[in-house]
Amino acid sequence: MKFQMRRQTELYLLAIVVVLSIFLTVMNPKFLTLENLFDLLRNNSFLGIVALGELIVLISGGIDVSFTATATVAQYIMGVIISRTMVNSVLLAFLIPIPIGIALGAINGCLVYYTRVNPVIITISTLNFYYGVLMFISKGTWIYKFPPTFREFAKLKLFTLMSSKGVPFGVSIFTLFWVILGIITFFLLKYLPIGRKIYAVGGNLEAARRAGFNIFRIQLFVYCYIGLLAGVAGFVHAELNQMIQPNAIVGMELDVIAAAILGGASVFGGVGTVGGTFLGVLLIAIVKNGLILMKASAYWHEVIMGSIIVLAASISAYQRKLQIRREKGRFVEEQLF
Amino acid sequence: MTNVEEKQFTLSGEPFLQLRHVSKRFGGVQALENVDFEILLGEVHALVGENGSGKSTLVKIATGVLQPETGAEIIIGGKKVTFLTPFEAHHLGIHVVHQDLSLFPNLSVAENIASHFYLEGFRSFVDWRKIWERSTEVMEKLGVSLPLDVEVRKLPIADQQLVAICRAIAGYARLIILDEPTSSLTWKEVNRLFTFIRGLKEQGIAILFISHRLDEVLEISDRVTVLRDGKKVGTFPTRELDQSKLSFLMTGKKLAFTRDTRMHKVAPEVLRVENLSRTNQYRDISFSLRKGEILGIIGPRGSGRTEMALSLFGLNPPDGGKIYVEGKEFRGESVQRAISLGIGYVPENRLLQGLVLDQSVENNLVITVLKKLLEKGRLLDPRRKQEFARQTVKDFGIKASDVEAPVRSLSGGNQQKVVLAKWILTEPRILILDTPTHGVDIGAKESIYQSMVELTEKGLSIILISDEEQEVMMVSDRILVMKGGKIVEEFDARSMAEEDLRRKVRE
Repeated sequence: MKFQMRRQTELYLLAIVVVLSIFLTVMNPKFLTLENLFDLLRNNSFLGIVALGELIVLISGGIDVSFTATATVAQYIMGVIISRTMVNSVLLAFLIPIPIGIALGAINGCLVYYTRVNPVIITISTLNFYYGVLMFISKGTWIYKFPPTFREFAKLKLFTLMSSKGVPFGVSIFTLFWVILGIITFFLLKYLPIGRKIYAVGGNLEAARRAGFNIFRIQLFVYCYIGLLAGVAGFVHAELNQMIQPNAIVGMELDVIAAAILGGASVFGGVGTVGGTFLGVLLIAIVKNGLILMKASAYWHEVIMGSIIVLAASISAYQRKLQIRREKGRFVEEQLF
Repeated sequence: MTNVEEKQFTLSGEPFLQLRHVSKRFGGVQALENVDFEILLGEVHALVGENGSGKSTLVKIATGVLQPETGAEIIIGGKKVTFLTPFEAHHLGIHVVHQDLSLFPNLSVAENIASHFYLEGFRSFVDWRKIWERSTEVMEKLGVSLPLDVEVRKLPIADQQLVAICRAIAGYARLIILDEPTSSLTWKEVNRLFTFIRGLKEQGIAILFISHRLDEVLEISDRVTVLRDGKKVGTFPTRELDQSKLSFLMTGKKLAFTRDTRMHKVAPEVLRVENLSRTNQYRDISFSLRKGEILGIIGPRGSGRTEMALSLFGLNPPDGGKIYVEGKEFRGESVQRAISLGIGYVPENRLLQGLVLDQSVENNLVITVLKKLLEKGRLLDPRRKQEFARQTVKDFGIKASDVEAPVRSLSGGNQQKVVLAKWILTEPRILILDTPTHGVDIGAKESIYQSMVELTEKGLSIILISDEEQEVMMVSDRILVMKGGKIVEEFDARSMAEEDLRRKVRE
């Protein structure tokens, strides 16, 4: 009881990450190199950024599965604009997907609030709607003609080291994106009134309503926030791959939700931390990386991901049960014997 | 010293909230009719009435959730308020502690108490020090000590309730409305709450206490306002009232229920329990039950009474002792066996939850006995089903316009009878009722007692688990007092006065 439960979750996760890393290093010494680690943090920055948004939605008691479509639509519109105009500015490219993400998020937020339909249903529908419209208009065409600065930007690193083979490597600029957004999200949750209200709404919606909180504003904010992050992540994804395929991102919803839930967030709402989510993303990244290093078939990825989600969700449900039993036990003890 | 006391005393005399000529209609129903109400600072004022008497409508008008019809006057703190909104009511110091407490279970005690800062006070950033200081200050003022950094969900319900009250005080409450505050507390906790309420009173806070439990109303309040059918019966000083007067005021009827003193000592024994124990729940329980007898088991929540009852029904196997049902040994191994031995169990709350309110009386009645009504081709014969339902309605004296009428249209008491009938139709010989009148109106209570007595006359034996002394005294033949997992006393219901029982149970 001394430990807060979420702290416990984080410690468990950290232990699992460490054990898994040791195992993978024994299997393949290449795993525990700075080079591989930096690669991991770079390649998973898309996952990490959207997981922060999913975290906020989950804390508020909602869920969003449409962010992959949001990210795709946002990056595709950006791609069309910069490849047609060839404006040689990364900043401009970066600024295009953000308002698109926020707008699509706002649609989700309004639908969730006004229809009172379960957000899973709403966002599955908008996922299909956004994605369907995009496929219809784009006809699935890929975009890979980008201005030079857009290409150069992807190679930016915070610092550069040399590997033993003489190949330069370092911490990617996109890892920095992830870290900064993580810090912003942490700050928002802990020090902004809206952050505390998100926890409150997720903990007890009716109580929040009775306390006079503006539920619409809170839900709108939450879905706009994941929309915004999906926009940024869409940009990061396009940069990392140097091409935009309309079908590249859709399908990754489960990885992201799994990362957040592994990190201690709950589909029941009210709990979750940035640190936990970071570790959750890291765990999923390591598992995937390990499977690649061990040359396992791509289908195994799906099987293992599915198992991890079931496991994580069962553990958190079990913890909930234990906690309820503990409370009951104390209640009886008070008068018994 | 005297100076301070005097000052508080004069403060306490001021009326805080006054409602005049309040009426409210919902469609064709007159929920409130020309009701006047007044509560003073430093007063504990109880509001009582049966379901549908207008209690909750009155509270909703006082908190701005509903607007009264024109002609009403609302005066708060001496000032007339023309249009009261929930926000305005809150702002003027009217706070409700709902039955469900409406706390944020995932947030810390401190944050829950100081949550008003999120509405007003924090312009841009959350000031954690201020949250800490404010909640410490309020808890000190009220003499509460709870760990500030623990999540509220980890506290027992009674402590959560204190958090909810502290939150109201932190939000500058001058009137706190407590809606059924004792419904999930143990007696010890109720006593603690009452001490706490007296403390609030001394600080000049007005308390509106809403409860079904008349004994508690009589214990804690200074004045009682009684509502009946949307009209105010009156406001009375509590010292002029007792339970029977109060229930008369609420129902307009004298409590007609009396139980014949009958002797069951000669009737054959149907159940014998010997040294029944289960680790950490109850131990050394021994008693017997005779045919046609009502055995009352009274004890606080957490006394092991429900755990013991579940064991008798095969849901909680005991690890020591013996159960004999009509001479046959029963180890408490399964519900199926318990049912085949003729034991029925109606759990707490089941009386209301056991009904599908929008379905007809007929459908609700036959659901436990569908098998008996099957024809050769394993099909239901609707005519037979209806006949069966008609007969049951007649047998149990259920007042319904027709068996096809939805259960919702029945009065509370008749709804309860439907549930009882449903269980009786399975033909148990021993029926265990776990707090069957929890949260039920006085009128409905009476008709449940009536049905119980009628059933025993047909040879059924009943174990009645309860936490109300008056109830077990009125209904049972013998009473067992259970405490800390043991039976501490057994006696004849006729041989003891209610007051003595109350003292024995609560000491």
